[in-house]
Amino acid sequence: MMRGYFWIIVITLLIAATPLLTSSNTFFNFTVVVLIIALAAQGWNLLGGIGGQTSFGHAMFFGIGAYTASMLQTHLGVNAWIALIAAIAAGSLAGLIVGFLSFRAGLRGSYFALVTLAFAELLRVLANASEWTGGASGLLLKLEPSLANMQFSSRPTFMLLALAFVFISLVITQHIVNSRFGAHLVAVRENEDAAKALGVDVLTVKLKAISLSGAMTAAAGVLYVQYFLYIDAAIAFGIWISIEALLAPMVGGRGRVLGPLIGAFTLHGLGEITKSFAGRVPGIDLMVFAVVLIIVIAFASAGILGLLKKLSDRFAAKGGA
Amino acid sequence: MLQVKNVTMRFGGLLAISDASLDVRQGSITGLIGPNGAGKTTLFAVIAGFLRPTQGQIALFDKDITGEEPHRRAASGIARTFQIVQPFAGLNVQENITVGAYLRHTKPADAVEKAREVARQVGLEKDLDKSASSLTVAGRKRLELARALATEPKILLLDEVLAGLNPSEIRDIIPVIRSIRDSGVTILMIEHVMQAVMNLCEHVYVLAQGKMIAEGTPAAVCNDQAVIEAYLGKGSAERLARQSQGENHA
Amino acid sequence: MFSPIIIIEAMINGLLTGAIYALVALGLTLVYGVLHIINFAHGATLAAAMFAVWGLNAGFGIDPYVAIVIVTPVFFALGYGLQRFVIGPAAHGDDGNILLITLGLSILIENALLASFGSDTRSIPSDFAFSVVEAGPFLLSSAKLVGAVGSLVVAILFWLLMTRTDTGKAIRAVAREKLGARLVGINVGHVYAVTFGLGCAALGVAACLLMPTFYVNPRIGGAFVNIAFTVVVLGGMGSVPGAVAGGLIIGVVESVSGLLLGESLGQIGIFIIFILVLLLRPTGLFGARV
Ligand SMILES: Nc1ncnc2c1ncn2[C@@H]1O[C@H](COP(=O)(O)OP(=O)(O)O)[C@@H](O)[C@H]1O
Ligand SMILES: [Mg+2]
Repeated sequence: MMRGYFWIIVITLLIAATPLLTSSNTFFNFTVVVLIIALAAQGWNLLGGIGGQTSFGHAMFFGIGAYTASMLQTHLGVNAWIALIAAIAAGSLAGLIVGFLSFRAGLRGSYFALVTLAFAELLRVLANASEWTGGASGLLLKLEPSLANMQFSSRPTFMLLALAFVFISLVITQHIVNSRFGAHLVAVRENEDAAKALGVDVLTVKLKAISLSGAMTAAAGVLYVQYFLYIDAAIAFGIWISIEALLAPMVGGRGRVLGPLIGAFTLHGLGEITKSFAGRVPGIDLMVFAVVLIIVIAFASAGILGLLKKLSDRFAAKGGA
Repeated sequence: MLQVKNVTMRFGGLLAISDASLDVRQGSITGLIGPNGAGKTTLFAVIAGFLRPTQGQIALFDKDITGEEPHRRAASGIARTFQIVQPFAGLNVQENITVGAYLRHTKPADAVEKAREVARQVGLEKDLDKSASSLTVAGRKRLELARALATEPKILLLDEVLAGLNPSEIRDIIPVIRSIRDSGVTILMIEHVMQAVMNLCEHVYVLAQGKMIAEGTPAAVCNDQAVIEAYLGKGSAERLARQSQGENHA
Repeated sequence: MFSPIIIIEAMINGLLTGAIYALVALGLTLVYGVLHIINFAHGATLAAAMFAVWGLNAGFGIDPYVAIVIVTPVFFALGYGLQRFVIGPAAHGDDGNILLITLGLSILIENALLASFGSDTRSIPSDFAFSVVEAGPFLLSSAKLVGAVGSLVVAILFWLLMTRTDTGKAIRAVAREKLGARLVGINVGHVYAVTFGLGCAALGVAACLLMPTFYVNPRIGGAFVNIAFTVVVLGGMGSVPGAVAGGLIIGVVESVSGLLLGESLGQIGIFIIFILVLLLRPTGLFGARV
């Protein structure tokens, strides 16, 4: 079944080919950050976009991934790749726990959004105070570039690693969208009662979604520490990443497989352009993000991909007539 | 095959159903009628597992299912439609029906195949690509029916699927309902359109103010004093009887 | 361990701060009760109001308490305009959209403040901030006392407005039955905007009462939004008396847990209460509506 995979492959190949065209470190820095955000955002998209459970606290999964990977490496000397697997498992488990507590309690809509935010903030305060997490001064990973340590001195190489993660997340999401589980998830988003009447086990579907979602976003957290080799509570559990994870799919097209990637590129592209005009005004890129979010909701709630689809449908209708 | 045993349902102080029982015979079309607010929809919600009854039991094929979740009941073969239709508004008709078909088909291709087959059965085959929210009232009712049917139920609970349809639409959909029964699905239907009840049902239960006040063939039930009074108010049966006596004399 | 005197003093201080929290939460709960939306920009709006108070003082030497008569109407107008011309039209009546739009507004406001004022923390220097009142064995800050009394007065005024005036009746009618209210000729869009305006006006007053003892920076809204949500959830979304009770409780919890656990862990009490209430009793302890 090829449905949907074509564009995933095309876009991945396009990004993979960029090292042939440029050697600009600025470009690779930019792309790595965008890819990390796209991965975190794919996690959000699975739960919030496809499943309709809006989270304001995906930082909790990002942070759990980042801290699990860095604590295992710094305190216990665990291999980076094993730490990666542990971090993904931890994100998934955190998703199950938070999902079990809040979905069992029947939290939906704004209430679910708020409780996820509260969990993320709780973890931020704890990480900021605990010795294990390095407290307010954070944790540093030792700089030792090698494949075994998942550290690369060449930025294009790291970009390809991040791209591989994003590619896997795209394929997983596309596979879900094409499957029975995907249909159930969409049904839960659209109407829970109707879904129940058709035999959908709503709680289980939501739990599966949030644990997969937590796993993906945790993987993004791991990439972040492997790239910057530093993490603290404000980065790992800060509201910034919760917002990035939500904004990218909203702008790119919520519930669409490529939405998070397209959205992350668009937003950060716009951010860079604004910065180059406005110079060093602090927060100017975030102001642009906010305005874009409001405009998207007001005029194009299906995001960029939704707009493209509408245009191509109109074009096809004209062509057919 | 389906038994409702002495079900009572309270919402706070409101007694919506009081000690109601009914029995649906396999292969039948059974009617459930009664004035507005009688508790019919509430009883469906109890049967399908959306509400826990305050007292009483529900049994399917002599197995007690009172504690089961709605999705488990759907798996055991109970499908319901909603009086206020509940489409997946953001999806098209085919996707809507496919959700139901996934209950018994794990492979996407099989589920889609089943969905198309059901769409043909209820007369939605031309609307498969339309968005559910763009359907007419009659189209939405058919969609509600199709989704339930796609779960391949043993018993189908229809909650006023004819309400809001015009006479010609009703005429079109009655044979569809009969063909569903003929394909082996037992039907329990709430209906206000008496012409359809007379036409389709073999056995009818009457619920009024939460109590089961009568049962029998449609014709017998329509002449039942208690039923007439429930619909038209106290003393009306007597008045009607006197009137018809007067007519007989004339 | 701490002597009872210190703990009681912390509790009294918590009550005084809690009264202002109640005032901050009042607007949030009012907007929720009527519009059934969670205004995520509430904290950022408070930060903007606090900057306005600071600016009036730094630029024109206006005393924060005097600034009430300027800041309050300005923020009412601002709130009215935001709901009428931005949030309402952009949301297309979808609650999820409103939440996201107010999230966008909060990011916008916070970063606009950052761009205009930089990330420095500012406060209003005055002798009054250090003056104290002696009450038996306790020393209480005069400014906090004024803030608490002012907050309670405003809360009572709000309550009178909601229960005794035509505007209040229209607001409650819309809260209960949007369609019905429209049918009897109430302009629902206008009432929504007035409600939102009132919520922002409450923030204006809160900012004036806070500034003599508090400081402001562009990120301060985040701290307040957490507290305000907790207060509102605890008191029951939409309940004015609930907001007052919730504010006082949270004030005490924060102050006492800050004393026992230290400044950085002290916040944990608030988040735990927030999560527990949402999970166990989402209607709040006093689950009433406006
Ligand atoms: N969830 C509920 N909470 C409180 N009362 C309800 C609820 N559902 C139904 N009712 C009440 O139960 C009674 C029966 O309603 P319903 O079953 O819809 O009647 P019918 O379908 O026969 O018209 C009505 O008085 C209705 O207001
Ligand atoms: Mg009904």
